[in-house]
Amino acid sequence: MIGLTHYLLLGTVVFCIGLFGVLSKRNAIAVLMSVELMLNAVNINFVAINKFITPNDVTGQLFSIFVIVVAAAEVAVGLALIISIYRHRKSVDLNDFNLLKW
Amino acid sequence: MTVSLNDLVFVAMALVIVVAATGVVMLKNIVHSALSLILAFVGVAGIYFQLSAGFIGLVQIMVYAGAISVLIIFAIMLVMDKSVEKTNLFSPNIIRLLAGMGLTFLLFVTLGVSIWFTKFPVVPAEGPVDAVGMLANLFMGDYVIAFETAAILLLVAVIGAIILAKGAEDKQ
Amino acid sequence: MEHLFINIADAFTGWLMNLGLSPWWADLALLVVQWICIVTIVTANITVLIWLERKVSGFFQERLGPNRLGPFGCFQTIADAIKLLTKEDIIPSAADKLVFRTAPIFFIIVSVMLYVVLPMGDGMQIVDLDVGLFFFISVGSLSTICLLMAGWGSNNKWSLIGAMRAVAQMISYEVPLALSLIGVVMIAGSLRLSNIVAAQGNIWFIVLQPIAFITYFIAATAELNRGPFDMPEAEQELTGGAYTEYTGMRWALFFLAEYTNLVAVSALMATVFLGGWQGPWLPSWLWIIVKTYVIMMVFFWLKWTFPRIRMDQLMSFSWKFLIPVSLANIFLTGAGIHFFKWMGW
Repeated sequence: MIGLTHYLLLGTVVFCIGLFGVLSKRNAIAVLMSVELMLNAVNINFVAINKFITPNDVTGQLFSIFVIVVAAAEVAVGLALIISIYRHRKSVDLNDFNLLKW
Repeated sequence: MTVSLNDLVFVAMALVIVVAATGVVMLKNIVHSALSLILAFVGVAGIYFQLSAGFIGLVQIMVYAGAISVLIIFAIMLVMDKSVEKTNLFSPNIIRLLAGMGLTFLLFVTLGVSIWFTKFPVVPAEGPVDAVGMLANLFMGDYVIAFETAAILLLVAVIGAIILAKGAEDKQ
Repeated sequence: MEHLFINIADAFTGWLMNLGLSPWWADLALLVVQWICIVTIVTANITVLIWLERKVSGFFQERLGPNRLGPFGCFQTIADAIKLLTKEDIIPSAADKLVFRTAPIFFIIVSVMLYVVLPMGDGMQIVDLDVGLFFFISVGSLSTICLLMAGWGSNNKWSLIGAMRAVAQMISYEVPLALSLIGVVMIAGSLRLSNIVAAQGNIWFIVLQPIAFITYFIAATAELNRGPFDMPEAEQELTGGAYTEYTGMRWALFFLAEYTNLVAVSALMATVFLGGWQGPWLPSWLWIIVKTYVIMMVFFWLKWTFPRIRMDQLMSFSWKFLIPVSLANIFLTGAGIHFFKWMGW
């Protein structure tokens, strides 16, 4: 009864919640957490399509492992960047990172 | 229409994920937000188990819930300087909020409608018995270059994160 | 005698199906009974371990240990439990109440979840996952979050520092923990724990993979925050680390969870390195108990013999020594397997 459509819709809902977080949060770390939500939604799509459309092949799962790897690397570097910026600006509020504004 | 146990598990996991994801975005306390994110990760791992992708579910738990979450919470604790209750507010700019909500709604409607009305070529078959072995064959066979590149990417990320977090040192 | 528990389980499901239940409900009932058995095993082991650790530590330190309550002090655990249950439950007023309360609960949930894949005898695991060993490592890595929750929820500087130290130690040692088991997986050719036990029919993996055994042992000691690696929770340092603000039964829950984890890790080492439930005369479920307790005695021996290792020595030992050693072990195992195949053995 639960088909591929439901999994893809779940992925869409989580993606949109993450997108809203990225666009509207003030704290840089909260934006990173919302990006992680978006990556997880994409992974759900990969694995669900792999199970329903090509069940004898595991390529979808392989790509979701690559997405997890890239997400891990990105979170590490992103958080290191935020900590480095915090040292200089003493804040992680995105509105305070305004040196390039004219 | 019979409702099997698989369907009930999907509904339960989907509820956990959506509630936790909403918690990540809506909670005002960033530490609670991070813990809600961990719950979302475990929910997604549950979805993977339900899709018979046991290996990916365990990778998700080990990497996301076990390591990335710890990284995020450490970073939150290192950059917290005011009281924790107001650390995760929404942007004060109303235009930005409305634009964000509008864009999200538009994307959701577009994607949702297109997914709902598409006939996917679903193949009803059971998954492979030895998924781990097949994954290993693919990693070391067709996708070995991507595998090695991912390894180099991780090495670069580790070195970069250490240098960035340590800060520049003044050469005396 | 050998198939005692399997016969009991079959008789139970047979009786339920005779009463008219469908096989699905009979399996569910069996699952509930298995869950009750796991909780009983965990509780029984903890009860024995609390007394055993104090007696054994006493003998290592040339003193008697508890000897007042019952013969050889074996009712000490009951006295400890009564004392902890009747203590006042203090929650600091500025603590994050939800996080403070749920941290010990999640810790013990994660520790008990490890028992699902352990084979307690021939064919006696709850679920024979085809990624059983990986399940054990992954779920074991979830306990770091619970420590962070405990340290954060206490709203106390020393709890936070203790929790961060403990988590830094645990994530540093997760890497050699997982890497050292890869050699075993390469030889056995499978992540399924019953296949790994079957692959040790002729020779135990402790003989084929001694480096992996020692590396896993050291990494597991650090993961459990035990033995020479217990700086984050020692009383002489940081007044109790992440557990400072916890009183009574909540504090006891943390230590119960640590003992549960200890028994699970010892049982895994018995399964993966010492041949599991295989052995000559005794039934299989008795052999695994014997082997698990032998490994736990070595854990106790280490804890009460060596002084505590300093935090920076600990971390550099993991990153600069154990990880290269585990990687070298993987390389040597691969080379060895190829050599054996080439020689035709």
